[in-house]
Amino acid sequence: MRSEYKLIFERSHEGRRAYDLPKCDAPDAMNEIPECFRAESELALPELGEVDLVRHFTNLSRRNFGVDNGFYPLGSCTMKYNPKINEELAPMFDDVHPLLEPEMAQGCLALMADMEHMLCEICGMDAFTLQPAAGAHGELTGLMHIRAYHEHRGDFERKVMIVPDAAHGTNPASAAMAGFKVKEIKSAPDGGVDLDALRAAVGPDTAGLMLTNPSTLGLFERNIKEIAKIVHEAGGLLYYDGANLNAIMGIVRPGDMGFDVMHINLHKTFSTPHGGGGPGSGPVGVKSHLIPFMPVPRIEQKDDMLVLNYDKPDSIGKIKSFYGNFGVIAKAYCYIRSLGGEGLKEASENAVLNANYVMNKLRGIYDIPHDRTCMHECVVTPTEEMMKNEIHTSDIAKALIDRGYHPPTIYFPLIVHEAMMIEPTETESRETLDEFVEAMRGIAEQVKTDAAAIHAAPVTTPVGRPDEVTAARKPIVKYEEE
Amino acid sequence: MKSYVPNTEKERLEMLAEIGMSSMDDLFTDIPADLKLDRKLDLPDPMSESELRDLIRGFVYLNEEGGPLFRGAGAYRHYTPSVVPQLAMRSEFYTAYTPYQAEMSQGMLQSLFEYQTVICRLTGLDAANASVYDGATAAAESMLMLRDNKRKKKILYAESLNPDVITVMHTYAHCAGLELFKIPMTDKGTADIAAIEANMEGAAGYIGATPNYFGNIEPMDKIAEAVHAKGGLLVAYVNPITLGVLKRPADYGADIAIGDGQPLGLPLAFGGPYVGFMAATKKLMRNLPGRIAGETRDAEGNRVFVLTLQAREQHIRREMAASNICSNQMLCAIMASMYCCVMGPKGMREVGEQNVAKAHLLAKKLCEIEGVKLRFPETPFFNEFVIDVPCADDINKALMNYSITGGLVLPDGGMLWCATEMNSVDEFDFVCDIIQDTVDSMGGEE
Repeated sequence: MRSEYKLIFERSHEGRRAYDLPKCDAPDAMNEIPECFRAESELALPELGEVDLVRHFTNLSRRNFGVDNGFYPLGSCTMKYNPKINEELAPMFDDVHPLLEPEMAQGCLALMADMEHMLCEICGMDAFTLQPAAGAHGELTGLMHIRAYHEHRGDFERKVMIVPDAAHGTNPASAAMAGFKVKEIKSAPDGGVDLDALRAAVGPDTAGLMLTNPSTLGLFERNIKEIAKIVHEAGGLLYYDGANLNAIMGIVRPGDMGFDVMHINLHKTFSTPHGGGGPGSGPVGVKSHLIPFMPVPRIEQKDDMLVLNYDKPDSIGKIKSFYGNFGVIAKAYCYIRSLGGEGLKEASENAVLNANYVMNKLRGIYDIPHDRTCMHECVVTPTEEMMKNEIHTSDIAKALIDRGYHPPTIYFPLIVHEAMMIEPTETESRETLDEFVEAMRGIAEQVKTDAAAIHAAPVTTPVGRPDEVTAARKPIVKYEEE
Repeated sequence: MKSYVPNTEKERLEMLAEIGMSSMDDLFTDIPADLKLDRKLDLPDPMSESELRDLIRGFVYLNEEGGPLFRGAGAYRHYTPSVVPQLAMRSEFYTAYTPYQAEMSQGMLQSLFEYQTVICRLTGLDAANASVYDGATAAAESMLMLRDNKRKKKILYAESLNPDVITVMHTYAHCAGLELFKIPMTDKGTADIAAIEANMEGAAGYIGATPNYFGNIEPMDKIAEAVHAKGGLLVAYVNPITLGVLKRPADYGADIAIGDGQPLGLPLAFGGPYVGFMAATKKLMRNLPGRIAGETRDAEGNRVFVLTLQAREQHIRREMAASNICSNQMLCAIMASMYCCVMGPKGMREVGEQNVAKAHLLAKKLCEIEGVKLRFPETPFFNEFVIDVPCADDINKALMNYSITGGLVLPDGGMLWCATEMNSVDEFDFVCDIIQDTVDSMGGEE
């Protein structure tokens, strides 16, 4: 089963080629470039025939696992099915240069303008920008709006961003990059925001609060109205981390909960593929008081044409070249148009149903630290007995791999010891969920009979557990010929 | 109506019953009633696949493109070998996420390790990350690397960088409290080295491009000398498709090399998704932001690839992380890597030579038109150049009538033209005829 796999550099044979350029009908002009600017040697790139190159990457792909391979309940990542039709349609825009005159790109601009309006309706916000390239990039962009808002009022004292300890790691990292000091507040025993801690934390230095709702425990923040009131009365703004939006489409909207600014992960809630770690897309929505600060350009209607307006003196500027990850935006647009409003609501309802169904079936096999109706994901932990047998969350994850599943998110949220965060999504069938639960039960049984086998997992994969300590201590980050 | 939910109505009710509920509404009782949306979302009706295809085709028809293109300015039309998009469409790659579970993600991890190696070989540097969002954000992240490594807040940058890159750098710099200092461009269209020497004191480093926004190849070796003489670090923003024929960042002593990988097989796609690459010397490796794939072993001694040096990252360090970046552009990165592996050393050289050949022939033909002049005739260029013309907007309007996209009109009335291996000499002649007619008719009106 175990096997190493050659690097493409180790498959190189001098003189082989897979490339095929058009014939050059212009005379060579390299002598126009003085020698001191020219490369002294050829690039050390591999040389392969096309079929060998195709087999290399095809077989590499077989050493990978995606949603199309099987159940991928990676919490907080919303690994739902990525519809094939969207993959087919988005490339129809592949040849459009981003700097065409607006009259030549009306189709792209119309799609983007339409997308902004639909996201406003889904989220209850007043305006959206599609420019940020990923969720964390959206967080940074949104926080820049908060900073610009306070600075614009001449209030330069609001330097503190409050972040609950249950938050995604990107939240405090984005706040630091936006130039804020991060004040972490402890969660209440029920996993929600501790209102007293929040009241004690806010003051004249409060710029805002970052919140995920449903929380990273998969629970709806019942005190959201009170939280919004505390933050707003202190003069701060409320940021919504949209990583968990898949739970609430058509049911409740961040804008109606009191949030001033938010981001969406199109690659989570709106079904665009995660690409093995990107490209994503992280549009940012704002209430009307933050519109002047939005990134340029803004798409606007002028006479009978859509144009790009760069003349926004209070804008935070640009946070990316051009207008965003258009190819990703187009796929999410297709998704929303396929489903319509009722389809989006149906998706959220079934995402929540599936999570509760799994949580209910795991009760009694694993511990559930916050056992109440969950939203789109649930957090479970190994039982005390498993821990006594030295079986930890990472062991259960590896045992799941041998049973054909991508493990849940593990060791997050940080406030739950040994957390396993399971997000089934709405696109999984009942029998898939039943089989997953049986696999989880099987692991729990095996802990009692053969814990050593679980420590040895995974055994069905091309390689075993990697030595990560050596990887970090003596980093090898590129190939070198011996 | 379609939501990609497989469970039938009956199955959903059975599942609800199993958890002691009778309706979907029972799942949402934690949400305060007065916050709930009391109406349906006001969105267009759902669509079937074929209706959706027609809708998207409608948007495509609204765009008027498809003819010859002579525009670059940060996004370039090159030939994409068909194997690149075909292989990237392997759904084991594109439907996966960040390879947290190494044992079942060796395909992506090894592909990233190969990508990092390709970037190191293009730039000549020691280490590369697994990508950032695009070239502009790579420039912004490189400012933070300079700051963290040198503990200084002043950073010099070239006026001749792409204006989008400069704008993004300023957006990030404002928040990071950095002081950005602009190095002007001389009348040769390259950085004023005397200004670098005069202002380097107290600065962490210098960020400049070659070829720069105006297409000019900069004297990077002299720039490197000026930067290093005062202890600063040099960040070279490069177009990767030039590196088969032009000097590589390590050749002239760059400490960090960055850029946008779009020319390496990624479609124009109205501006994204592209991929930002970042490479650095060994000394700066731990200042790199974002994911990095590394090599290690399993218990049996097999070579294994993992995400490594994670102590720099947000999920471990939170507000102390080198960057907030989490998802990046991994699929785009492996497409760029596939492109370079298809091209190989000879293909990369040949595509570079073709770009140089075409752009120089186009420049020559354009300058044969009376009133058209190269703005920087003494400065070498790769595949882009600036011309001064009497009537840039009229030229582009005339070209547009033939579905031709001319050079980008600059704010000062100049035009930035680009030619790649995708443009033919027949196109050049056709374009020059139209420009000649436009110039002539302008003369007639005067």
